[in-house]
Amino acid sequence: MSNSVSPRALVLHLGVLVILFALQFVLPPYHNGIAARIMVLAIYAIGYNIAFGYTGLLSLGHAMFFSAGMYGAGMSARLLEFAAPSAFFVGVICAILASCLFGLLALRTAGVAFMIVTLMFSQAAYLVILYFNNVTRGDEGFVIERTLRQIGGLDLADPVVRYNAAFVLLAVCLIGSLYLVSSSTGRVMIAIRENEERTRMLGNNIFAYKLLALTASGTVAGIGGAAYALLFGYTGAAFAEIQYSILPLLWTLVGGAGTTLGPILGTAAMFYLVDIASEFTSAYLFFVGLALVLMILLLPKGVLGTVREKFVRWLP
Amino acid sequence: MDLGPFLFLATLEGLVTASVLALTALGLSLVFGVMRVVNVAHGEFYMLGAVIAWFTAATVPGPAAVSFLAAIIVAPIAVGALAAATDWLILKRINYNPEATIVATIGLLYMIQQATLTFYGPDARPVEAPIVFRIQFPWFGYSGYKIVVIGFAILVLALTWAVLTRSKLGLLMRATQYDRETAQAFGIPVDIVYAGVFAAGAMLAAIGAVLIVPIRQAHYLMGGEALLLSFIVVIIGGLGSLRGTIVAALFIGLSDGIISVFFTPILAKILATLLVACVLILRPQGLFGRAPG
Repeated sequence: MSNSVSPRALVLHLGVLVILFALQFVLPPYHNGIAARIMVLAIYAIGYNIAFGYTGLLSLGHAMFFSAGMYGAGMSARLLEFAAPSAFFVGVICAILASCLFGLLALRTAGVAFMIVTLMFSQAAYLVILYFNNVTRGDEGFVIERTLRQIGGLDLADPVVRYNAAFVLLAVCLIGSLYLVSSSTGRVMIAIRENEERTRMLGNNIFAYKLLALTASGTVAGIGGAAYALLFGYTGAAFAEIQYSILPLLWTLVGGAGTTLGPILGTAAMFYLVDIASEFTSAYLFFVGLALVLMILLLPKGVLGTVREKFVRWLP
Repeated sequence: MDLGPFLFLATLEGLVTASVLALTALGLSLVFGVMRVVNVAHGEFYMLGAVIAWFTAATVPGPAAVSFLAAIIVAPIAVGALAAATDWLILKRINYNPEATIVATIGLLYMIQQATLTFYGPDARPVEAPIVFRIQFPWFGYSGYKIVVIGFAILVLALTWAVLTRSKLGLLMRATQYDRETAQAFGIPVDIVYAGVFAAGAMLAAIGAVLIVPIRQAHYLMGGEALLLSFIVVIIGGLGSLRGTIVAALFIGLSDGIISVFFTPILAKILATLLVACVLILRPQGLFGRAPG
């Protein structure tokens, strides 16, 4: 894998990370908590963006990878009393297995059929969680005990530790995705998005690249899920619902699909839009819907996608 | 009751489900067939049909039959108008790009659902059936209205089929479906055909919903299941194949009735969703669809 991350792109990403790190010293406590949540959800969106934004795989079922990570971590903590690091590891392994096995099956389809297969599998996964509700606690979910949420003596429920743990994971995933999409593998992924037939004709194994992209995407989504379970101490079936498959699509689209920083911007923007709208009205979902429609009408490439098109051509 | 009459009852219930499902799924299939877009808000058009039926029935005075008659006229027209407006305001502007359409209709789904929750509320409300009589079988009595539903659904399906295959309007639709640009070059108003097809698809869902409201109540979340089941039917039947859609609706409706006799509903749903996924993986064009190319 030859890498060609341009120095200015690297500087830009490191700069964004420095700002995110510095924010914790400026933000009031309420927004500090929200920022930690946004960073964990942004990891999920970064994962989604690898499949949708860079490879053109429109999935409506990523909630199953997010919840694979979440339940892998949550269940191993609750039933086997695994400590945070090993529970996190179990969650990530679950997400890798889920996305790889699912990819082997679902990538035989493309386009609309792929979307519906992802939707169906993720719905089946959600129903399975509900069906075994004596183990998973179904819709109600369960709380992970604080004593288990420790890493090397640090309490993950402590706001400062939580913020920085979320930040470190986000930084790793962001830089990882930057290197992935700038690599030769990433270029083939983008080529598949732009013109699958031509890429096949150039002698690339499309199926293998798509499987790689979906697995990478599902794994990062699972990292987000496992981190959510351990940092916020809650695991529930609501995170496996269709809505949680649609949210990362929304976040990615708003920020700019196929831009590395777009998912973070989109997650933060939508999270605050919902937060502010729900202060005025309980009908905040209406505004989420309206945002989706306006987005697709006015800025089909998202904020950073438009910025890249008009001003900063080198944005990765 | 013995197993025989029990299965007979399950079959009757399955037929009622199947006939409403056939209408809803036909709407989805029609839109996909002609316009090549998936309307994720289809279930919400179905739900709106039921909710508007309730509002109409509550406003129009007189006996149940009159207010129901008003509902079955007003609800599909209102829903059709909303769908046509959606087509004109949103879908036309994103050029019917398949992926953008999905995102836009997801947005529409949220807006319709939330607006209904705000103005209609979280309660489930019934509409009174227009006619009440019982058909007495040797083993049990059965609601006559449900038989009327089956009959009416068959009538609408036959009418849709006739319009599609025997009328000038159907010819225009099929020409647009076959080749949009050539159709436009021959002077077919493609924009109007698209808006009309999108409205007709929504109206079929709304008619199905009005028929079912006296049996199952109108609720703001009822669209989700309708969408999922319609998806299942349309996929098993083959996207865009009308004959396949109707056969699949019968199959799903009947098996839904019979599977839920033997399994818990949630397990039945898991089996059904996995079945659909497997059908798509093995035959991406569906059971009755033709392979592309």
